[in-house]
Amino acid sequence: MEKQNNMATRNVTRYQRPWIIAFITPAMILTVIFTLVPAFTLLSYSLYGWESFKRGDFVGFTNFERLSNFPFRGDFGGAFRNNVIVFVTLFLVQTSVGMILALAIYRLRRGKKLFQAIVFLPVILSLVIVAFMWKLFLDPLFGPISSLALQFNLPWLNQPWLGQPGLALFTLIFIGLWRWVGFPAIVFLAGMNSINEEYIEAARIDGASEMQIFRKIIFPLLAPSFTIVAILTFIGAFEWFELPYVIGGVTGQPGGSTTTMALLFYRLAFGTVDSATVDVGLSSAIGVILFIFVGIGAALGSYYLRKREIQQ
Amino acid sequence: MKTRNRLRHLVASLTVSAVALSGSVLMAPMSKAANVELTMYSWRVEDKAFYESVIKDFSAANPGIKITFQSFPSADYQTILMSAMAAGKGPDIVHVRAYGALDQLVVPGYLSPLAANEVKGLNKYPVDALNSQRGFSDKRLFGVPFAYQSLGIFYNLEYMRKAGIQLPPNTYPEFIEQLKKIKAAGLQGLANGGSTHIEQMWGTIAPMFYGGTEFYNDVVAGKKTFTDPAFIKSLEAVQELFPYMPSNATAVSYDASRALFFSGKAAFFMGGIFELGYFRNQNPKLKFDFMATPPMSKGGKQFVSTWADGGFGINAKTKARPEALKFLNYLASKSFGAPFVQTVAQITAVPGVPIRDRQLQKAVSSINKWGTPYIMLVGFRYKNPTGSALLQTGIPNMLNGTKTAKQVADEVNKGVGTWFGPFAGKI
Repeated sequence: MEKQNNMATRNVTRYQRPWIIAFITPAMILTVIFTLVPAFTLLSYSLYGWESFKRGDFVGFTNFERLSNFPFRGDFGGAFRNNVIVFVTLFLVQTSVGMILALAIYRLRRGKKLFQAIVFLPVILSLVIVAFMWKLFLDPLFGPISSLALQFNLPWLNQPWLGQPGLALFTLIFIGLWRWVGFPAIVFLAGMNSINEEYIEAARIDGASEMQIFRKIIFPLLAPSFTIVAILTFIGAFEWFELPYVIGGVTGQPGGSTTTMALLFYRLAFGTVDSATVDVGLSSAIGVILFIFVGIGAALGSYYLRKREIQQ
Repeated sequence: MKTRNRLRHLVASLTVSAVALSGSVLMAPMSKAANVELTMYSWRVEDKAFYESVIKDFSAANPGIKITFQSFPSADYQTILMSAMAAGKGPDIVHVRAYGALDQLVVPGYLSPLAANEVKGLNKYPVDALNSQRGFSDKRLFGVPFAYQSLGIFYNLEYMRKAGIQLPPNTYPEFIEQLKKIKAAGLQGLANGGSTHIEQMWGTIAPMFYGGTEFYNDVVAGKKTFTDPAFIKSLEAVQELFPYMPSNATAVSYDASRALFFSGKAAFFMGGIFELGYFRNQNPKLKFDFMATPPMSKGGKQFVSTWADGGFGINAKTKARPEALKFLNYLASKSFGAPFVQTVAQITAVPGVPIRDRQLQKAVSSINKWGTPYIMLVGFRYKNPTGSALLQTGIPNMLNGTKTAKQVADEVNKGVGTWFGPFAGKI
């Protein structure tokens, strides 16, 4: 095995160059139209004062200042903290569980495809449907979980899972985990399947235990898969919207405890009938911060993790 | 011969085409005037059939004006409408909300202002109803009010009899006693949960504690703030009701609360009279009634939170304003108001429409006698953070024990104080 050389270049012939440009250009145009233009528009919006959808005067960084002052400091800080909790918990639990599932399937001699399909099934379900389904499951009045708890006298199960501030966010994380764990499992499994069997066989002949094989061979060689999972979890956690929106509504019930930055952005960008009015400047400022944070975080994470990758 | 025939054909075809063309050219302005197609947006998904029948009746009386009714889920309506308006693709006729949510459309100039003489009978509408259709700063009129709402208590006497209760409560302390009795009998007193709509439950009882319109006027004038002991007491009153709510109440959604009541499994539901039609439709066999929140003592003062629910406006960019205005005139007439009361079971804003429904009559009577502005909706939903948002997050935290009533009141006061002028220097 040798350290991956990221700077490796292939000789590009004159014949290949136009083709490369031809293939890259459409993607670049789409990126400019759908990513860069909206991002700069958002930045420009955040620098103006707004009344509803009517743009006012240029106000510089006032909207960013508003986010750091009462009453939005609490909302924004709370939302950011929730995003961090979501990322850390999802990353630790999802990666570990995904790895265990992948390893279990990898070791299977029969039925690999079946278990792959079972593990991956929730991933293909619409997140909105999943959220709604779990909301019904956890309903304290009509949900099967509370009925089960009452029937079998299990008080620990009969909780306001979505109604207690300290509990609701972790319940949402659990739902997110249930839905998404199949993705890292499949990515890790693909990584495991690409490992040259000879390394493992050689280690076995040398008398290495299964744990040693995992720690010294499988885990290090899964680094590229790990990078993909880590970066996607980071981006997904900081753009968390659908699940808290469907379950906790725009105000992040209970008591704002499930508010994330994307939810706060939505609430202030479009307003709601009964709880918020449109504040384009403030929501754009949140959007800019989120964009920069996720962009830089993903780039740094990607750079750092790729540096640690090794090639077979 | 062949050539002559061809020529004859050509001349004939050209003549026919020319006649047809001239005819269509001449007819064009007429047919355009006679066939106008309008669209209307609304959040009343549940009333789609009703509005389509109204449009059918209107079109029968006004041939040539075709209206397509499109409804969207209530929670997403404002977002969809605002986006469509911003893109210049909004509907010609807009079912608009009132107060702060209306102002969101007024400020960017999305709605066409209405002159009093443009809609027949508009001068007969009560001032409060018309005010609900004016902007926060722009005081012109932007919509024809469509309904009144009030908060009160739905009760199921058959269910209450299981706990030995024969009559609805006459006073608020009696109401609490009944809840205790129902709970002691192992039954469910309140159907309300403690999630987002907890504000509505608070609004049902709060004016009794803070003193109704007098307090509202004082707060709006800046003479009092939300840290007033009477306001804090109104929050504590919700806390007092918590033991009678369903178990794990803070996780009970609004839909589940309604289902608990209409399935006949709870004695009381505190909410808006707008639920009347919904409850009837969901369970036609359910025997229930509606009452205003009872007074603190027999014969004492009563207050009922009330508001104008919304209106019908015209898109400022519509190319068919006269036709849209014609429809608004229809919506402001008894031809709309009478079936609205009968079919939708709500209180129409059209003046002079008789209400024969006994439960609606009770609601109208309570509005007339004890109506007081639903404080957060009427007065404090104009800027962020709205009074409603602060209560919607504050009350569940109070019920969960993470905040006290005083802390919630402080947060409401400080939050609203960031934008509400009369509070300047008092926070």
